[in-house]
Amino acid sequence: MLEIKNLHATVDGKEILRGIDLKIDAGEVHAVMGPNGSGKSTLSYVLTGREGYEVTEGEVLYQGKNLLDLAPEERAGEGIFLAFQYPVAIPGVPTTTFLKEALNSVRRYRGEKTVDALQFVKLLREKTKQLGFSDDLLKRAVNVGFSGGEKKRNEALQMAVLDPQLAILDETDSGLDIDALRVVSESVNLLRKPENAFLVITHYQRLLDHIVPDRVHVLANGRIVHSGGKELAFELEKNGYADYVGAAA
Amino acid sequence: MTAVDTFVEHYGSARAALPGQGLPWLARKREAGIAKLADLGLPSQRQESWKYTSLRALEKTDFRFAPQAQGPSAVERVPSLLPSETGSHRLVFVDGHFSPSLSAIDQLPEGAVLENLGGLLQREPAWLEAHLDDGDGEDALRALNSAMMAEGFVLRLTAGIDLVAPVEVIHLSNAPAAGPALAYHPRNLIILEAGAKATVLEHHSGSGTAANLANIATEVVLGAGALLRHYKLQNEAPSAYHLASVTARVGKGAAYDAFTLSIGAALSRNEAHVRLEGEGADCHLNGAYLMRGTQHCDNTTLIEHLVPETTCREIFKGVIDDRARAVFQGRIVVHEGAQKTNGHQLSKVLLLSDQAEIDAKPELEIYADDVLCSHGATAGDLDHDALFYLRCRGIPEAAARAMLIEAFLAEAINAIAAEGLCPALMTSVGHWLADREGPESL
Repeated sequence: MLEIKNLHATVDGKEILRGIDLKIDAGEVHAVMGPNGSGKSTLSYVLTGREGYEVTEGEVLYQGKNLLDLAPEERAGEGIFLAFQYPVAIPGVPTTTFLKEALNSVRRYRGEKTVDALQFVKLLREKTKQLGFSDDLLKRAVNVGFSGGEKKRNEALQMAVLDPQLAILDETDSGLDIDALRVVSESVNLLRKPENAFLVITHYQRLLDHIVPDRVHVLANGRIVHSGGKELAFELEKNGYADYVGAAA
Repeated sequence: MTAVDTFVEHYGSARAALPGQGLPWLARKREAGIAKLADLGLPSQRQESWKYTSLRALEKTDFRFAPQAQGPSAVERVPSLLPSETGSHRLVFVDGHFSPSLSAIDQLPEGAVLENLGGLLQREPAWLEAHLDDGDGEDALRALNSAMMAEGFVLRLTAGIDLVAPVEVIHLSNAPAAGPALAYHPRNLIILEAGAKATVLEHHSGSGTAANLANIATEVVLGAGALLRHYKLQNEAPSAYHLASVTARVGKGAAYDAFTLSIGAALSRNEAHVRLEGEGADCHLNGAYLMRGTQHCDNTTLIEHLVPETTCREIFKGVIDDRARAVFQGRIVVHEGAQKTNGHQLSKVLLLSDQAEIDAKPELEIYADDVLCSHGATAGDLDHDALFYLRCRGIPEAAARAMLIEAFLAEAINAIAAEGLCPALMTSVGHWLADREGPESL
């Protein structure tokens, strides 16, 4: 599904990604772990097309297409979802309005029929029930006044509604207490199916207790320096990143 | 010939056709007005209050006063701002002329007067003589209005009357482009005695390429405990000029709640001068504007806190695109002895292009020592993080920008107390946003 080949990217003139190679197939959960400054968030922003991130070398193929040629909204249309580390607050835009517009935009891109207000409310209720969330958040403006946990819950709900093919979770566990972590992880696990894939970017191992990966990659100094099975995560927890940072320098 | 010379000349030829013939006091007022205009000239940019707004464009146009309504006499649709089932009193003016056939005033409660100026000049000239404000001060445009005023609306409520149904005042500009540019000078009076309440909605709507000039002067007097909600949608034709001034005197415990949404006109200026004259008086002067192309929109306000315990709140939100320019001059004066004044002012602007410009000049003059006042001004582009978030979820860039602009303005518009009005205002915003994406917006 996703093939990253020798990806180099700079931000503010500084090279952050220095040759990333990564392959993700449908049905898989990949974890990318690394110390601060290794390029974890940069990777997620480059994959979603944020401005200010310049790809200087390499390519990214998504379902055979050249992903880097597409605008952010087109990538979403193609089925890519990013759960932000710090979801931004958007005053004045009600959550339900935003989410309905997003869903219909994606459907239009795919030539599918859009949903009307009534159909959308029904779909939304279904998803909030499935995830065990309350309706409260939906009435408010997007992420305005939301606690850290509520913001991450909102990301999970959006993911459930948009039903992406490739979901990138950018440090989903940051700022979450144990209960919130469990709730968000459960919602991710509920969405797992053979047709989709997850790229879980995290600094700490504990998230991976709840979202169990198929492959774990260590990102250090802009490169993936080591890959392994889920046991690699425990090893990193025990020994830290020191060995790998040294290897990448 | 300068614009002033032209106006003086037209006054000379139009004088005999203006309403109120045979009223010496009115003739004197008109003479004094035109003399003052000739003496002062039109406001120039050398005056502090007009520093950012030039009236040079008026020099280039030969404005006429039309004694009869011109253009198609049958107006197809009167653009009401309220849902059709809402009962409202409606006064309609076409090119400055009162249209009885398009207007509809329901049964009024005892003690209420709602009438067009021309009509009241015939019925109760003495009352108007007593209540029309005497002096134009050093205000040349107001002096011109005094000289040339022909129509407008008068709302008068005696003590305690709550005029529940809103008053809609609709100005249509319908003159064909091929004809002369028309100038009209509506003069409005709103006088609410103690405890009276009313809601007045003004809609100024124009189309075509005619460069009409609306020079409007409104006087508001609110007795103790009175409440006036005064909202305006200015959607004049793109080449029109809209110069409007409001002077309001707010009595003890009374409240003046005003809001203007400015979208049209090549050049518009909303001037408001509010005097908070009684303890507990309150005023909200809020507004929003959407400007593009080479439009120029000026909001200039002066709020005077004259006695203790008065409050004011001013929030202006603007969206400026292309090479358009907006001006916000908000002056708050807290006089000596006006203790416990509570005054807040905010100007927030979205600049959508490199050449869009806002000149914001907040002025606080505080002569009392126990007050709570604040002012702030921000100007910037749309939030890039928010834009990326929306696009990342599949919303195309243009739609995402429109969503954020609408959210920015909705905050100001939804704060209006007349809920029935909000949908119409947001629809106007929606049209502006939709036009933006079309080829004609470039």
